[in-house]
Amino acid sequence: MAKEKISGAEALIRALIAEHTEYIFGYPGGAIMPVFDVLYHYRDQISHILVRHEQGATHAAQGYARVSGKTGVVIVTSGPAATNIITGLSDAMMDSTPLIVITGQVGSSLLGSDAFQETDVVGITQPVTKWSYQIRSSEEIAWAVARAFYIAGNGRPGPVVLDIAKDAQTGLTEFGYRPCQFIRSYNPYPAIKAAEIEAAAQLINQAHKPFILAGQGVILAQAEAELAELAEKADIPVGCTLLGLSAMPTDHPLYKGMLGMHGSIASNIKTNECDLLIAIGMRFDDRVTGDVNRYARQARIIHIDIDPSEFNKNVKCDVSVLGDARAVLQALLPQVNPARHTEWLESFAACEEVERIKVIEPEIHPQKPLMNMGEVARKVSEATGNDSILVTDVGQNQMLSARYYRFKRPRSIVTSGGLGTMGFGLPAAIGAKIGCPDRTVCFFTGDGGLQMTIQELGTIMQYGIDVKIILLNNNFLGMVRQWQALFFDHRYSETPMLNPDFTQVAAAYGIAGERVTSRDELNNAISRMLAHHGAYLLDVQIDPDGMVFPMTPAGACVTDIMLNATEKY
Amino acid sequence: MTDKTLYTVTVYSENQVGLLNQISIIFTRRQLNIESLSVSASAIEGVHKFTITTYSDRETMKKLVKQIEKRIDVLRAFFYTDDEIVFQEVALYKVPTDKLLDDKHIEELVRKHNARILEVNRIYTVIEKSGHTDETQALFEELSRYEVMQFVRSGRIAITKSTVEHVSLFLQEQQYRQNQL
Ligand SMILES: Cc1ncc(C[n+]2csc(CCOP(=O)(O)OP(=O)(O)O)c2C)c(N)n1
Ligand SMILES: [Mg+2]
Repeated sequence: MAKEKISGAEALIRALIAEHTEYIFGYPGGAIMPVFDVLYHYRDQISHILVRHEQGATHAAQGYARVSGKTGVVIVTSGPAATNIITGLSDAMMDSTPLIVITGQVGSSLLGSDAFQETDVVGITQPVTKWSYQIRSSEEIAWAVARAFYIAGNGRPGPVVLDIAKDAQTGLTEFGYRPCQFIRSYNPYPAIKAAEIEAAAQLINQAHKPFILAGQGVILAQAEAELAELAEKADIPVGCTLLGLSAMPTDHPLYKGMLGMHGSIASNIKTNECDLLIAIGMRFDDRVTGDVNRYARQARIIHIDIDPSEFNKNVKCDVSVLGDARAVLQALLPQVNPARHTEWLESFAACEEVERIKVIEPEIHPQKPLMNMGEVARKVSEATGNDSILVTDVGQNQMLSARYYRFKRPRSIVTSGGLGTMGFGLPAAIGAKIGCPDRTVCFFTGDGGLQMTIQELGTIMQYGIDVKIILLNNNFLGMVRQWQALFFDHRYSETPMLNPDFTQVAAAYGIAGERVTSRDELNNAISRMLAHHGAYLLDVQIDPDGMVFPMTPAGACVTDIMLNATEKY
Repeated sequence: MTDKTLYTVTVYSENQVGLLNQISIIFTRRQLNIESLSVSASAIEGVHKFTITTYSDRETMKKLVKQIEKRIDVLRAFFYTDDEIVFQEVALYKVPTDKLLDDKHIEELVRKHNARILEVNRIYTVIEKSGHTDETQALFEELSRYEVMQFVRSGRIAITKSTVEHVSLFLQEQQYRQNQL
């Protein structure tokens, strides 16, 4: 008997279901209508979240992917919808987030004719995706979806685009789904080389002052236990990149704070004092290294990564170990000798003490009436037992919430690191809550960034998504203002903002909230927010003169650290 | 940035639409000018080969080929200096026939440059020469005295002097990996 034939659109939805897709973040339109029509029939098997802007769909899918470890799925139409996803794709590419973004496309006979809502999607998305492919016939759909999941989720994860011509959606095809397990030109998990492991172990066993830099690669590989084991066995302090935060619990005695421009003093100073840097699943971004020519020149460097193009890209390493962080650490651990580096570890205390007195205390226990971002972040963190998911936007709110939040378990931070996308946070928080419904999601944002994707309050309303929105409201584009204060002689060019009453905006969407203007109200307001069932907006009035410290200015040496506007470390 | 060498990059890929674009933007992002480019089938069925030349330094080239290999449909990418490869280009020259006939040295010229005449009619003559850039350029300069109506030089094609076929080895490894699944 001839096999049943179904439409390409139905093949797509069945393929997504075969890949265990539970949620689609999307927005319909002409060139994707056949798919949305099929979605209607499958609505009991797969849920669609209608966002308010396609950029929001991509960030929501990122938030979902980052907390759950699953691949985020987005479906949008052609033309303007496809151009609206570019920011999300670039962000996911930079931050290694697995996404599959499906765009509708005009019928294949119209391709190249400047047809209504035709955009060269493959052409414009290639530079910001791991793979981008145009499907012109329904027969290709199952194959392409299988390949897309394989590529997006394996190796170093990343975004994939499938651009489906309208006639491929309507055309009939037989359907048999086979997941992809192999691509001849791509080996996502290269075999670990014994020689590289040996070389790395030798350097570790010889080191007197080793220091581990842990990135998101640790989280993506689920190598948190192995990371802790290595650190404990050989007594090695650990610093985390922004995206690597929560790879190690904040209160672990070997955890020494965040790396980079606004990282801990100790982790930056010790980078230039250690005799061995062990970089695991991180890519030596310039926000981590500062001036690479003055970065860890005294140290031997081991670089463990799954992406061979990262080796020697920004920083030269002595030993590179190619592979998945977990598999590498498992192979490495038996060859690492137990060691004690008491003196080296104790030497961190001096830096920590300076940071506590000069930076942390003034930030979280300020002797002034106006509130700081750091004190709010620390209070919210503590009020959730330091066990909530932190989602951030970009700017001072991001750096200070990342600095003062505390983490107990992995996959507890969702933030835009590589691209630094303002407007990322609100949709990402929606995705994070959907990906982890059992955890409290606290989203810290600024008055600028919130307004870049504020329409997603509508999505929160429609689906009753319980995200706690903590608006750190300084009525300024604060991070830019900080640079203007420090490096542009206080000329606040285009950074003050006249803002709406955000609680009223939230109220219009049926979202509860309140405005907090004084410290005395803060604790109770946080309690009310956390006790409330459903989304809540806490508009906290923040001192506009507040700045993020410590700070290593862009392009400076990692040890060139400002403690505040006038003092250096 | 001063000591720039001409490197030959070879890329082996699956035959996928849009790969040329993916590869060329990797050059563009690093401000590398593509001096010449040629694409063809390779000795391995279904595998395409790009040969690209560019002026750069060794460190940049190392990073460049890794970025190229990162593209999903690329099998392997390599870079070589001229002493590591056997390479060739072809040039075609279109010259007015009357001017050639008026000159006594035409035979000598063709012989000296080891060139060939591909087509002759009353109006023009098409000459072909293969060789390295300086050689095809030398003939161009000599022919210029007759007026060159059209001139074209192909992209470089190259074959390695190495005794190991790295792409075949890679494909064998991948085949082994597939069999393990
Ligand atoms: C889409 C986008 N545009 C511009 C910027 C540059 N930028 C970085 S931080 C910042 C200010 C953010 O202001 P706000 O959201 O109020 O946060 P704050 O720094 O005040 O906490 C700007 C404009 C950016 N990162 N992203
Ligand atoms: Mg602000």
